[in-house]
Amino acid sequence: MTSLSQHADYATSEAQNREFLVFSLGEEEYAIDILKVQEIRGYENVTRIANAPEFIKGVTNLRGIIVPIVDLRIKFHLDKVEYGGQTVVIVVNVGERVVGIVVDGVSDVMTLTPEQIKPAPEFGVTLSSDFLSGLGSLEDRMLVLVDIDKLLTSEEMALVDRSSN
Amino acid sequence: MDITDFYDTFFEEAEELLADMERHLLEIDLEEPDAEQLNAIFRAAHSIKGGAGTFGFDVLQKTTHLLENLLDHARRGEMPLRRDIVDTFLETKDMLHDQLDAYRNQEEPDQAAFTRICQTLQQLAREEIGQELEAAASAPEDTGNAPTATPPAHTADTTTDNVAVASPTSEQLLAVALLNVGEKDRGLLVEELGQLGTVQGHHGDEECYEVTLLTGVSRDDIEAVMCFIVEPEQLQIRHAENEESVPEASPQAPPQSEKDPASPAKSETATSPALLTTGGASESGRPKAKKAKAGGESSSIRVSVDKVDQIINLVGELIITQSMLDQTVSELDGVTHGGLLNGMNLLQRNARDLQEAVMSVRMVPMDYVFSRYPRLVRDLAGKLDKEVELVTEGESTELDKSLTERIIDPLTHLVRNSLDHGIEDPDTREAAGKPRIGRLTLSAQHQGGNILIEVIDDGAGLDRDRLLAKAHESGLSVSDSMSDDEVWQLIFAPGFSTAKQVSDVSGRGVGMDVVKRNIQGMGGHVEIMSRRGQGTTTRIVLPLTLAILDGMSIKVGSEVFILPLSTVLESLQPSREDLYAMAGDDVVLKVRDEYLPVVAVHEALDVKGAKTQLKETIAVIVQGEGRRYALLVDDLIGQQQVVVKNLETNYRKVPGVSAATILGDGSVALILDIADLHRLSRAKKEARRPQRASIDYETLLQQEREPS
Repeated sequence: MTSLSQHADYATSEAQNREFLVFSLGEEEYAIDILKVQEIRGYENVTRIANAPEFIKGVTNLRGIIVPIVDLRIKFHLDKVEYGGQTVVIVVNVGERVVGIVVDGVSDVMTLTPEQIKPAPEFGVTLSSDFLSGLGSLEDRMLVLVDIDKLLTSEEMALVDRSSN
Repeated sequence: MDITDFYDTFFEEAEELLADMERHLLEIDLEEPDAEQLNAIFRAAHSIKGGAGTFGFDVLQKTTHLLENLLDHARRGEMPLRRDIVDTFLETKDMLHDQLDAYRNQEEPDQAAFTRICQTLQQLAREEIGQELEAAASAPEDTGNAPTATPPAHTADTTTDNVAVASPTSEQLLAVALLNVGEKDRGLLVEELGQLGTVQGHHGDEECYEVTLLTGVSRDDIEAVMCFIVEPEQLQIRHAENEESVPEASPQAPPQSEKDPASPAKSETATSPALLTTGGASESGRPKAKKAKAGGESSSIRVSVDKVDQIINLVGELIITQSMLDQTVSELDGVTHGGLLNGMNLLQRNARDLQEAVMSVRMVPMDYVFSRYPRLVRDLAGKLDKEVELVTEGESTELDKSLTERIIDPLTHLVRNSLDHGIEDPDTREAAGKPRIGRLTLSAQHQGGNILIEVIDDGAGLDRDRLLAKAHESGLSVSDSMSDDEVWQLIFAPGFSTAKQVSDVSGRGVGMDVVKRNIQGMGGHVEIMSRRGQGTTTRIVLPLTLAILDGMSIKVGSEVFILPLSTVLESLQPSREDLYAMAGDDVVLKVRDEYLPVVAVHEALDVKGAKTQLKETIAVIVQGEGRRYALLVDDLIGQQQVVVKNLETNYRKVPGVSAATILGDGSVALILDIADLHRLSRAKKEARRPQRASIDYETLLQQEREPS
């Protein structure tokens, strides 16, 4: 009996561990739920969309699907926004939609236990804590865990028609 | 294979049969009914009954049985046809449709409605032919289907009763010949036959195996059962002792009940029907492909629209890949790579042909839409005490399936409007020197890449004065000097109605604005032409398909955009003298005595690096939603067909842009929305003028859109 319940405990804690894709924006490290990520590709061939907010770089062709590209560096007001060979687009699935987000680089995939996820403090004007699912602490690193669903469907991202939501 | 697999086939076929039945009922000439037509109606009812019996749809079977018997009398000329009788038949047809829907949704049909319609039909039978119709439950053909149908428990009870009742009354000796049937299937078939009656003997070889069967089941039903195992060609049924009629018909059952099932087949095989092969009589409940083989009619298969769309998408991708290759290959040297270049040309041609062929799969004739109006017109005319003749033209004109479905509602609205407000009552018409019978024409025709659908009535026409007065009342800004066209456009304003009184047909003023919006949503527009006292024509112009667009690619700065070719009238190099500056920064272009507003793409869409010198640019004269203006672009690249991709799937509506497409190099190009681009340009100019702190395009666009 005891071994069984121990096993169950182990299984639940295992289930609560979550995997995150870690990416960098400037000097900071951010992470999103790996299950939201569809693929990672280079930044190329983006068609500009007129009269859209600055951080919406445009749309691109992802195997016949038209996908909007959002530059999180511009959205988060980073000083240095450059497009080079290292610039990466993370294609994420948000609800029924497919969106590409531009980041400076993707580093690794991390598994975080519930204890490692700390609630996000109230801060930031540029990135409201509404869009954070917490902060991940890993020895000397701190990961900002972004709730990509909430962020990309939010009104300020202007990715979704207000009327359709 | 489970019998439920055939349900969908049955439902679809039954629906088609009902539609056929309705069409014939509407067309039938009451004075001199066409025998062929009566037969066709009868056959439809009969086929549905057969299928309903096979699948154990009890209520449906009983209703069709009653209807069938009446129809049988009618086609033999034993019952006169009158308008009210046809009405009853139509009503029954509607009821059958409801029952079919109920079965489709796996519900039991409305029992009260069933009882009512049965009473109506019985009543009709009593009055017109002076006899009771026996209820279908005791009809002998019920029995044959039970073993295969695996019906619900309660029907199983009744069927066993029926065997007991039916067998002494109408047993006959049949010889069932099985041609080219394998050993294994033979055993199965004999067993099946054993459930239908008493097998008295069987002999023969694989080529021709004969089973003698004493049964109360009709041939049709035997065929219906057997055809699940063998092809109809493999089956021959004849009377074993040349019995043409049943000698000991029971007195309480009218003779036609036994003859019924066989008679349509008989009528087809003339007068010596000793040997019957399955004709068109027992078509129901079988997969379509088999039916086509048996009937020799045009063969077709049913495919879900999703599958077709998937193929269309894939072909679209193929075309894009092909253009990509084409671009790469075009840089190669033609001498050394001649073979490759030839191959590419061939690939291009094949890919285009494939695309065209696939697109044509989605096309359906307008008849699909028009065929639902005869009934509507008949019912409405009756309700409004008007006499109306419906004429349809161009039924074979083809249109994308998704569009035909979306056009039905707006078109129905226009037809109702024409009947209610357009065509006058017979006395008024006579007084105005017009024929008593009004004429409503529905027509469809292709014009370039568009389809024109017109609703034409020869009624009173629109009343300019009343429209204007009404507009004043509703607080719309109008003036007496407005052109006719502008006045007619008023009826598309929300909440606008000129009907003197609200009827349940129309007149509430909701509708015409919805019609217009629906049509615009499909990428089309509505025009109205009307002449007082002579009638009104409403014309709907629609693109043939939404999936592919003939486009003209243009370049502004380093960006490529697509203009829908249907909106492009001409393009020209503007000269300095033809450009006139207006108040503010507006510019107009004079083209052959016409002054057109000028919209620069680079201004409306903030393109950087575009040519700003007016004389260096090219003016494309475009027209959208009735507005004509000159669009300034840097360069024309060429015409090409593009696959339309929705932007809103993953993004949102973009002002001035209707959709996107993928170019040969794999990049995305935006397809411009001509009418919206004009609004956008005006909104931006508006925003720039007072130097507002922040420009909120959304709000401005909203304001711009509202009046239209």
